[in-house]
Parts: sequence; C-alpha cells; structure tokens
Amino acid sequence: MNVLELQHLKKHYATHKAVDDISFSIPKGSIFGLLGPNGAGKTTLLRMITGIFYPDAGNIIFDGRRFDPQNDVQHIGYMPEERGLYKKMKVGEQALYLAQLKGLSRKDAQEKIDYWFNRLGIASWVNKKVEELSKGMQQKVQFISTVMHHPKLLILDEPFSGLDPINSQLIQNEIFDMARNGTTIIFSTHRMEQVEEICDHIVLVNKGRKVLDGPVKQIKQDFKQHLFYISLEQQPNPAQMATHHFTIIQQHDKAYTLKLNEYSQTNDILRHFIHHNIQVNVFREILPTINEVFITQVAQAAQAAV
Amino acid sequence: MNKIWIIIKREYLTRVRKKSFIIVTLLLPVLFVAMFLIPIFVMQAGDDEKVAVVDESKIFEGKLADDGGVHYKFIDARIDTLKNNYQRLGYTGVLHIPAMDVNRPPSVIYYSKGQMNVMLKSNMERRLENVLEDKRMELAGIDKAKLEGIRADVDIVNLAGKEEKKGSAGLAYAIGYGAAFLVYIILLVFGTTVMRGVMEEKMNRVAEVMVSTVKPFQLMMGKIVGIAGVGLTQFLIWLVLIIGLYTLMGLFLSPETMNAAANNGMAGGQNEAAIKAMQQISFVVESANWPLIIACFIFYFLGGYLFYAALFAAVGSLVNEDPNEAQSLTFPITLPVIISIFIMFAAVRNPNGQLAVWGSIIPFSSPVVMMARIPYGVPGTVPYWQLALSVICLIAGFIGTTWMAAKIYRTGILLYGKKVTLKEAVKWLGRKN
Repeated sequence: MNVLELQHLKKHYATHKAVDDISFSIPKGSIFGLLGPNGAGKTTLLRMITGIFYPDAGNIIFDGRRFDPQNDVQHIGYMPEERGLYKKMKVGEQALYLAQLKGLSRKDAQEKIDYWFNRLGIASWVNKKVEELSKGMQQKVQFISTVMHHPKLLILDEPFSGLDPINSQLIQNEIFDMARNGTTIIFSTHRMEQVEEICDHIVLVNKGRKVLDGPVKQIKQDFKQHLFYISLEQQPNPAQMATHHFTIIQQHDKAYTLKLNEYSQTNDILRHFIHHNIQVNVFREILPTINEVFITQVAQAAQAAV
Repeated sequence: MNKIWIIIKREYLTRVRKKSFIIVTLLLPVLFVAMFLIPIFVMQAGDDEKVAVVDESKIFEGKLADDGGVHYKFIDARIDTLKNNYQRLGYTGVLHIPAMDVNRPPSVIYYSKGQMNVMLKSNMERRLENVLEDKRMELAGIDKAKLEGIRADVDIVNLAGKEEKKGSAGLAYAIGYGAAFLVYIILLVFGTTVMRGVMEEKMNRVAEVMVSTVKPFQLMMGKIVGIAGVGLTQFLIWLVLIIGLYTLMGLFLSPETMNAAANNGMAGGQNEAAIKAMQQISFVVESANWPLIIACFIFYFLGGYLFYAALFAAVGSLVNEDPNEAQSLTFPITLPVIISIFIMFAAVRNPNGQLAVWGSIIPFSSPVVMMARIPYGVPGTVPYWQLALSVICLIAGFIGTTWMAAKIYRTGILLYGKKVTLKEAVKWLGRKN
C-alpha cells in the first residue's frame, strides 16, 4: 500500500516552473530518497507534501485519501534543511511546544520527551537554552521534535548535516528502526553514498521534472554498463586476452576492468579464462553508483537543454 | 483553534517570563510614584527650620505661626551677637526685622549657614506681608472682615451637553492628550515587538518548521494575540501597582505633609483659592465619564493594535538578514501613526474641527485621534453616530489589514535571500493561496 501518491503535481512561480508535472508513489514502510541538484524543485515538492504550499494542479493522496493539510499534518514529521528552533527557549519546553502543536496531550508529550531525550543521550540538556547547544546537539533536538508524535510519514531534508560520524550513525539507526516499525521516510539529500546505504527507492528530479523513479537496486541494474572486474593469478599474454566477448577498459597489473560485448553472456568471460587455464581470483560485476547515475542524468539534461 | 491557543500561550509566557519584562513592569510604577514622592521628602527634609526672630519694631511678635516644620522663636537679643552664635543655640537661621515705619518697610535680613531655600523664602515673605497688610489696614481704619466681603470672586462653570454635566475643558484636554499619547506609544512599541518576533522566526528558520504544522495565519494571529495579552498584563500590573503604591504612600505620610505638599505645589499663598481649585479638580475628575473613557481606551488600544500589528507582522515577514531593510519597510506603516499624533495635537485643542472628526473616523488615525476627543464628552462633543462609525471602521479596518497581512506573511516568511520591495509584496495580495 502506498502512503503517499503524487499525481501530476504542478507548482509555478511568477518566473519559472518549480514543479512541472511530477508523479510518484511511496510504499508504506519504505525509505524513499528524493534526489536532485540545487534548485530542482525538491523543497517546493516537500512543501506541498507538508501542506505549506498548495499545488497549482494535481493531487496528493495521503494514506489512501485526498491529502487534507488541516488534519493530515498531524501524521507528518518534517525536518527542513534549514534547522529552526527558538534560540531563547529551553530545549524541553521547545520540544513540548512542538509536540503539543502536533496534537499530543501535555502528558503524552512529556513522556515522549523523556523517552527520546534518554534514548539519544541528551536528557541532561532538557533545561538548557537552545542557543547554548552545539550545532550537532541542536540537530538531535530537532530530530526528536520531528519524530516525537510518531508520524506515519517522516520527511528528512539533509538529516545528517552537522553531525559527527557517531551521531550520524545513531540517527541513521533510529531511521532504520522507525522504517521497520512502519514509518515511511522521505529522505532528501545530496550525499549519494548515504542514499545507497539507506534508501530502498529513489526519485530523481531535475528542473522541476522527474528524471528517474524506482528501487535503488533496479536503477543500478538499469544503468549498468556491463562492466566487470576480474583479478587473475598470473599475467596473461596479450594473445590470451583477445576475444570477441569483451574489451579491456582498464588494466592494473593482473587486475582488469572489462566490458562485456553485445550478444555475449557473463559466463562467456569466465569460460574464456577457464579455457586458457588462467586462474580467476576475483570476478564481480561493476554496478554504477547512484552518484554516477545522478551525474550522468543531470549532465544529459543539461546537454539536452543546450 | 486549539493550536492557535498553544501558540498564544507560548508567545505570552516567553515574553512575560523575561527578566526585562519583569523589571520594566515593576520598576516603572515605582519610578512614577518616586517622581511624586521625592519632592515631598526633599521638602520635608528642608522644612525642619528653627528660625530665631529678632523683631525690633515688635509688630510681628506672636503673629508668625509655626507652619509646615518652620518654627519661629522671638528672641529679645542683640542681632550682632545672635547672628554669630545662633547655631550654637540650635537655630537654623536668624530673621532680623529692623525697627520700621509701617508704610516704608526696610529690608528684612535672614542669616543662615547655606543658601536660603526658595520655598522658605516665599513662605516667610508671604507671612510678613500678611502681618504688615493687617497692620496697615488697622492703621487706615479698614475693617478686615468688610474687605473680605467686598472681594469679588467669579467662577465660570461650564455646563456641557444635554444632561448639563459639569465639564472642564482643561481636564478633558489633559485626559485626551494622555490617553491618545498612550495609544500612540502602545501602537509603536507593541507593533514593533510583533515585527521583531516575526523576524526572529524567519531568521531562525523556525517558520518553516512551524508552518508545516500550523497554518501561517494561525502562527501570525497567535503571535499578535499573545503580545496583546502581554500589553494588557503590563498595563493591568501598572494600574494596580500605581494605585497600590499611592495608597501605601498615603498611609506612611501624614495627611499634613500631603496637604503641605499639595499646597506648596500650588501657587504659593492663596490657600483658599488653591483648596478651591483642588476641590474643583476632584469634582471634575469625578464628573468625567470614566467607565466610557476606559471602555473606549481599551477598545481603541486593542483595535488600533490589531490594525497595525498585522501590518507590522507582514513587514517582519519581508525582512531578510539586514535590519536596515526593516527600517525602510516599516516607514510606510509608522508614517500614518506619526501623522495621527499630529492630528491629535489639533484635535485635543479643537475636538470638533474637520480634521479631528475625520481623523477620528478613518481607522489609520482613529485610535489616537478619537481618544483625544472622547474625554470632551459623548454625545456632547462626539455624537453617537461618529463614535459608531469610527468603531465600525476600525473593526473593518483590522479585519482588512489582517487579511492583507496574512497573504503577504505566508509568502514572505518562507522567502529567503531575496530582497522584497513593498510593491512586489502588494502583488501577492492578488494570489489565490
């Protein structure tokens, strides 16, 4: 079941189309990456999903029904890229305030605060003012206030910026934990290695349009260049490397990057070396990283525009 | 509704609990009362005068009564010796009245250690003059009682309005001026507070977190109403403290001192006239229609505040990092407030002038100008229709400005890094969402 479905969303500003006919859906419990270069329309998209903006056209279906910002925002947690907390307010009061606005009773909110502050190891900070906290600390507080009301849909825009590796890992584990418990997560970032590590699905947007959409594994398959890495026991002579099955892209000592030729199968490569009785130590397929896919797609779009 | 209440509570509590709020709220009435008290204490301290009088003509003997801490003691001694040792004898000064011809009195000399204080000087002069006048009358064969009977005393009593209530132009002027000025200060001070609050939310980027949870309108109104609550609280505390301190002061200071203070404050001498004036003032103060004035004050304070606070909120949402930007953007809002204070200056002198009447109906200036007119009397000076029209215009006005401000606010608060001109902002009014 899809928690969120976007159908032909459009949002125009006076000078440009920020979001131009974007559709995709997000299955329940998935961790969904929303990627795109700066100015691609990600923030506008997220603002429409969080009810801050109304789309000019198109529909948002939330949890099976037409999105009703008035009530549905109770079930959404949104952590914008630019963090915002009241500097002069005490951390605990601030969390309480935001939780109450999300519809939690005072008592429930207090329980959640105790739970989360203990869990993230910042219980002793409850009575400190936000301005006294380090950036990473503020980040944790912001994270807590985003997830405290147990949202069905959690939207995190660059959640790891400003966090050290240990705290990054801590937050990442919390994200996985919540996804396991049925929370759907939209994760917007520029850091592609994190996308591969965390996301099940991605959508790539560029210049207000959707460029790519699908499970991470599928996308990597779709964009694979049929490259293989092979490491051999002994150096073959050049004649032994001549075949119509593959071409050599790169050689490094006894290790090669090979490109499988059209009409050949993966096993043809192995068969070739077995035939020459050259021992294969390592053999694996090279799949493109999401980063590579991202760059080629965005570059292509830029070229097309020229 | 519930959310807006939570926002109001936060806006209210965070401000009321600030140290600066507590200090200003508690200190101002104390300062206010101190301004009244200090002259009394100064006077009391200075009043402790023991004056040795050397009266060579014996005209004044027994006729200089002790008064307000000034004690006169007639001493039959040579002035040459007394002026050297009066301090040792425990006097603060020596008054030397040389032998005189009643019709051509010579200079009277007062010996003291430091400068003679002005109050004491005028007090003594008055007393000596009175005694001398009585003496002259006696010599001229004029009966004092008869003379008092001849003196004319004309007092114009102004009966204003249908009910022929006694009114006082002077008092209406004072109340009108004070109330209008107070409204003016409230508009600017609390309007600016709203603007700064909005700017803080925008710059801290709390705005985006907030509007993903509540409607921008709720956020804006919550702030406006919360700060209105802060203002009301402050005034209520001030009112209670000033009345309380004043009462307390009455308990600690003897009624005599209070009277002395009041009398000395009046043009010296004409005690009867002063008392009469005091009575008149208290009579007029009682005659003023206080419930109406207070009700109108609260209405115009709140109405005017709501009218302008929304505009200030809109401006706050347009400001980026640069505080100078705020200054140039607020100018179009502060201008009508400042203009209305000038209209008020005219209105308080001539409450029925064209300028005053229209100024008190148009919502841009009505909170200030109407408060200047109301103490002159409703319906005497301000007919009911004018008051009603003014009230309706102000209500319509603040609904209008709030609607406009909400449109600008919801766009402005999420717009970063871009300088917005008012012209652009006005275009946003035409937007659907």
